[in-house]
Amino acid sequence: MTSLARPVSTIGRVFEHRFLSYRRTFRASIFSSFLSPILFLTAMGIGLGSYVSDSAAIGGVPYLVFLAPGLLAASAMQSASFEATFPIMGGLVWGRIFHGMYATPITPRDIALGNLAWIAARLTLITTIFTIVIVLFGAAESPLIVLAIPAAILTGMAFAGPIAAFSATQKTPNKFATIFRFGITPLFLFSGTFFPISSLPAALQAFAWLTPLFHGVALTRGLSLGTITDEPVAAAVHVIYLTTLATVGAWLTIRNIRRRLVRG
Amino acid sequence: MLESSPTSLIHARGLTKRFGGFVAVDAIDFDVARGESFGFLGPNGAGKTSTMRMIGCVSPISDGLLRVMGMDPATHGPQIRANLGVVPQQDTLDVELTVRENLSIYGRYFGLSRAEVARRADELLEFAQLTERANDQVEPLSGGMKRRLTIARSLINEPTVLLLDEPTTGLDPQARHLLWDRLYRLKQRGVTLVLTTHYMDEAEQLCDRLVVMDKAKIVAEGSPRGLIAQYSTREVTELRFAPGIAETLDGQLEGIAQRVEHLPDRILLYADDGEAAAVAVHQRGLKPETVLVRRSSLEDVFLRLTGRSLIE
Repeated sequence: MTSLARPVSTIGRVFEHRFLSYRRTFRASIFSSFLSPILFLTAMGIGLGSYVSDSAAIGGVPYLVFLAPGLLAASAMQSASFEATFPIMGGLVWGRIFHGMYATPITPRDIALGNLAWIAARLTLITTIFTIVIVLFGAAESPLIVLAIPAAILTGMAFAGPIAAFSATQKTPNKFATIFRFGITPLFLFSGTFFPISSLPAALQAFAWLTPLFHGVALTRGLSLGTITDEPVAAAVHVIYLTTLATVGAWLTIRNIRRRLVRG
Repeated sequence: MLESSPTSLIHARGLTKRFGGFVAVDAIDFDVARGESFGFLGPNGAGKTSTMRMIGCVSPISDGLLRVMGMDPATHGPQIRANLGVVPQQDTLDVELTVRENLSIYGRYFGLSRAEVARRADELLEFAQLTERANDQVEPLSGGMKRRLTIARSLINEPTVLLLDEPTTGLDPQARHLLWDRLYRLKQRGVTLVLTTHYMDEAEQLCDRLVVMDKAKIVAEGSPRGLIAQYSTREVTELRFAPGIAETLDGQLEGIAQRVEHLPDRILLYADDGEAAAVAVHQRGLKPETVLVRRSSLEDVFLRLTGRSLIE
């Protein structure tokens, strides 16, 4: 008979499961993590950027320098959103893998937090590689760029939490396309990644302020340019806003996965 | 009636499960002793799976009392689950992983070390006759192999109680017999088995004791043989008549058997001497197309108790 004592690191066991599945595609994943920022920074930062002459509007820096940290935050958003949709719904519906876990000492809380921890680990890898590429492109103005890594991870988790909570209520992937089409893609284009939101009409600027990616981009850009120290209050607001979203999202993910597993 | 025993591994009194206004399990009482093979026999929708999910601590009870290994599922779910093996009705294998990986990661959920998991996985692969498929993906395995893997996986924590929900549903006869053989070995090793089934032959093969469930309630309890002795005759004579004839037999079979049951496709004569009943039918000038004399089974017990067949 095994011990009745509760295993300590039950969240880690769920994380281990995700790692085991991921191991097969590890190399391809690392390769594309490098390739994607190189392509984007070359095409848009250097190629398209050579046509951007009004550098005053983007803080008096070359377009590449303006764009790179924005893309870092945006790519964290995209990866996190993808990881929070199919794998979460799939675990409850397709293979019912989460139901299998729930038959062991693993709890719904472990399943939710283990999966979110996995997403955070994936983001750590992706954003670190992205940041290395930025530095190699000479697009970082400040050593604070190092802190853009945790800032981008936080941005990703502000999406992963709420989206995972939503995915845990779904029985099919039908609505995921809607999330990407009407949520992620517009945010990618209009949250200050490619141009400052001051270029938008006033009403849209106010709306942009409410979107999490705007706060994420403001943070990563402030750190990469070194301008963040000029506006400490704004920086604190960004961090609090993103942390709140990530935390509430994680709590809802636990609740929704529990409801789903208890129902059968 | 049932004896309340503090040593029983599973102890239920007035156990109830409601989903909104629907009562899935209606105040049932039962005890399962250590080392016993205990079955819930009943048709689909009788409340068997709901009962199993409550015992498995994944579905909270609505009312009554439930203790599993002396603990309350409401407060000690993870501790109880640490000592259960669960074979769900629907496989929950990870089809992206190999056969061996499915076993090893499952062992890790129980907090076992990697070395211990590897050792047990080897043994269980042998037990489930899957050693040659150890490094294959799960997806292309046959239904019977997947089922054996699920059973192997449920044993990775060396459980005190093994819960099997419809373990052989959907398998072909050969795969079922192979599975029964494996379960029989576990029983001989002293593992406590709790299973649900709507197959009477499965219940007769595997259960020391069982309860018959119908419409959320327990309608009878005993050993397979005891139930047959109590609710049926020793033998049954099955008569099939040409279409349209059976309806015209009103009263003509009276007195031949202790009880006569009219089913849509055949007539059952319950008698201790089935051959004598068959002879009596012919002596009365009746000409059934086929006559089959067989021993009574749990199917007959169910029919007697509920007026319906197990598999409809």
